[in-house]
Amino acid sequence: MPRVLVAFAHPALEKSRVHRALLAAASRHPAVTVNDLYQVYPDADIDVGREQALLREHDIVLLQFPMYWYSTPPILKLWQDLVLEHGWAYGRTGHALAGKSLACAVTAGGPREAYEPGGFNRTSIRQFLLPLESTTRLCRMTWLPPWIVHGTHRLDPEQITRAAAEYAELLSALAEGRIDPVRVAEADELRPIHWTGGS
Amino acid sequence: MEHGGFFEQAFVYLAAAVIAVPVAKRLGLGSVLGYLIAGAIIGPFGLALIGEAGQDIMHVAEFGVVMMLFVVGLELEPALLWRLRASILGLGGLQVVVTTAAAAGIARLLGLGWAEAVAVGMVIAVSSTAIVLQTLEERGLLQTTAGQSAFSVLLFQDIAVIPMLALFPLLAPRGAEVAGGHTWVDGLPAWGRALAVLGAVGGIVVAGRLLLGPVFRLIARTGLRELFTAAALLLVVGIALLMSQVGLSPALGTFLAGVVLATTEFRHELESDIEPFKGLLLGLFFIAVGASIDFALVGSQPGTIAALVGATLLGKFLILLGLGRGFGLSGEQRGLFAFALPQVGEFAFVLLAFGSSLGLLAAEVASPLVAVVALTMAASPILMLAWERVVAPRLGTREVTAREADEMHGEAPVLIAGFDRFGNTVGRFLRANGVPTTVIDNDSDRVDVLRRLGLPVYYGDPTRLDLLRSAGIASARVLVVALDEPGRNIALVREVRRHFPEVRIFARAEDRNDAYDLMDLGATQVYRETLDTALRVGVDVMGALGRRTHAATRAARTFRRHDEAALAELAAVRGDRARLLGVARERIAELERMLQADADEPDLERDAAWDPTTLREEMRGT
Ligand SMILES: Cc1cc2nc3c(=O)[nH]c(=O)nc-3n(C[C@H](O)[C@H](O)[C@H](O)COP(=O)(O)O)c2cc1C
Repeated sequence: MPRVLVAFAHPALEKSRVHRALLAAASRHPAVTVNDLYQVYPDADIDVGREQALLREHDIVLLQFPMYWYSTPPILKLWQDLVLEHGWAYGRTGHALAGKSLACAVTAGGPREAYEPGGFNRTSIRQFLLPLESTTRLCRMTWLPPWIVHGTHRLDPEQITRAAAEYAELLSALAEGRIDPVRVAEADELRPIHWTGGS
Repeated sequence: MEHGGFFEQAFVYLAAAVIAVPVAKRLGLGSVLGYLIAGAIIGPFGLALIGEAGQDIMHVAEFGVVMMLFVVGLELEPALLWRLRASILGLGGLQVVVTTAAAAGIARLLGLGWAEAVAVGMVIAVSSTAIVLQTLEERGLLQTTAGQSAFSVLLFQDIAVIPMLALFPLLAPRGAEVAGGHTWVDGLPAWGRALAVLGAVGGIVVAGRLLLGPVFRLIARTGLRELFTAAALLLVVGIALLMSQVGLSPALGTFLAGVVLATTEFRHELESDIEPFKGLLLGLFFIAVGASIDFALVGSQPGTIAALVGATLLGKFLILLGLGRGFGLSGEQRGLFAFALPQVGEFAFVLLAFGSSLGLLAAEVASPLVAVVALTMAASPILMLAWERVVAPRLGTREVTAREADEMHGEAPVLIAGFDRFGNTVGRFLRANGVPTTVIDNDSDRVDVLRRLGLPVYYGDPTRLDLLRSAGIASARVLVVALDEPGRNIALVREVRRHFPEVRIFARAEDRNDAYDLMDLGATQVYRETLDTALRVGVDVMGALGRRTHAATRAARTFRRHDEAALAELAAVRGDRARLLGVARERIAELERMLQADADEPDLERDAAWDPTTLREEMRGT
């Protein structure tokens, strides 16, 4: 069974509503390892050896973070810069990650309409994450579309609980290999239909 | 000259002390010599300002000795004694025994009787705790091997004085015992006396445990500070009385009492209450000793005195050198050890006065000896100077090795003054990162190790300007001031700032007060030793309680920034109050100001950009 590594980045979890619930769901999941980057590296002093070992031990990498200024919180950028070494993750001899998959679990303050073609941002979240998608390809990994919680500012506690439950389902589906990369290749985001088998 | 009333007498003594002691200290002679000189000046052979009253004063002053021994007892720490037991008993014990034997032998050869010769031997064996500790501390040498060995020897001597005082009456010719009046144990057989002594000491132990606490707490509740002092004095006087009633000397008795009371919670209270009286009365004692020197006698035999001074210093020096070798001190440390301890100490005056009053030491012996002892003490600073300037540079660890001197040129290194646990970390870190550093340190053992590892090290007192110059301060870009003695760090910064305004100074401060001083003197950056470590503890505590480590770490940075800003602000407020007011009280007042400043801090809106609350409210509103 593929093992899932959640690389989690939230600089102020003590102020979070949505990610707190999502993280709890991930932590409870037996097939998931949670790597809480801001907690493990409060000085942003990333231990490359530890991170590479974690990546090696897992088949699916899930980056979980809030959308900050149409991008990731900064520690994830640092994490890529330091951990994805040439000759290890990419380059002629860099095959450590080959064959693994990478996906994102993102929360966004903006509602779904804002990220639709005619919406305020004119661009989908998947497109905003294009740098990550290219990075994935360079590292010979399989890119999956992001799973997204939209409009976080307007969510009430019950909706947040429901989002967390859906997240737990996503994690199970990933762990059990129930998501077909080819079938979702063109989707803007991962939705329950992609793992409940509907069409 | 009319030696009249109390006020005149008091005026003469106090004036002599107030004038002579600062002058003596200025000349590097130490306060004990200052008092002696003051005594000599106002004594019958000087200005003759005091007369027979001198004898009465002497009786009062002897109580200072009793108090000193009480404090010595209080300060004995069983743990410290145990840790240093090998060097205290071995090194200290041998020093006292060998020196006593040698001096007694020589005294015997010079024609003294056995008893008198042994007494003289004991007198010569003790060194001056006051002078030696101060000298070593001033130079920051107390932590070196030689410093620790000297400390052990002095500690042993302090304790050995007690049995010496007990032994003197036994050596004294029979019948010549001091008219001590009657004691309770006069008629008792030997075992009865022994029992009485045990009973008295046992009584002090029990009373110290059971009564002292309640009584002192009761007194503390009155809120009258002077009552506390009175109680402490009463305690010492009472013990001295009790002890002489059971046939012990007051000195021995109070020493024992001090040891017994050292473990009570009131130890520090007692110590600080007795301390000023002890100091003043001891000063008076030394003045009285100075006044009692028979200068006619001494003046008639200058050659003999000079020979005795030379022989004493040389003899003790050679014995110390031999013992240092036997106990494995390296060459340089052995030299320092021997150069530090060859003088005869202030306890000698106590023993001489006691021996004279017992009739054990004749005036023809005691008087020149007082002069000899005083002269050996006066020679101490000169000997230390000779060691530092003449002997050590030739024989021991060199200030610089030739290779290093060459290397230094053209380089603009980082200078690190002081290489104990603090400078050591800075230096190792910089070296691990390829930053060229030059170390200046005054522990020869440490310097030898660093040299063996190939580090450029200058050996000597880092506050010396010429040494700083040859270590390359003129071309250095950064000086790290990391001595373990705040006073010397401050002196170093002052000196360097005056002569080298360009160099950037990163200075270690022990606490906030040092930090203020160092900032005033123009240190570029001041680092309080414990601040960062303490904050790390705070962060880890928050983490252990489940707070986010990232938030806690950022909070610690904010706190430090805020604390440093407050430091700069409070530095302006502080003025000279810290020095004028009691330091402890000022500390508390400052703590209050600090806590106040923390509460005023408006920086609770830290990292507000990560807080979506306002945004959420706005969205809900629309
Ligand atoms: C600094 C910052 C930048 C943000 N940038 C965006 C953004 O570019 N797009 C967006 O949709 N939401 C943005 N948001 C909203 C967050 O994505 C949203 O508050 C978060 O997902 C809520 O999750 P939480 O409750 O776990 O913190 C931003 C929020 C912050 C604090």
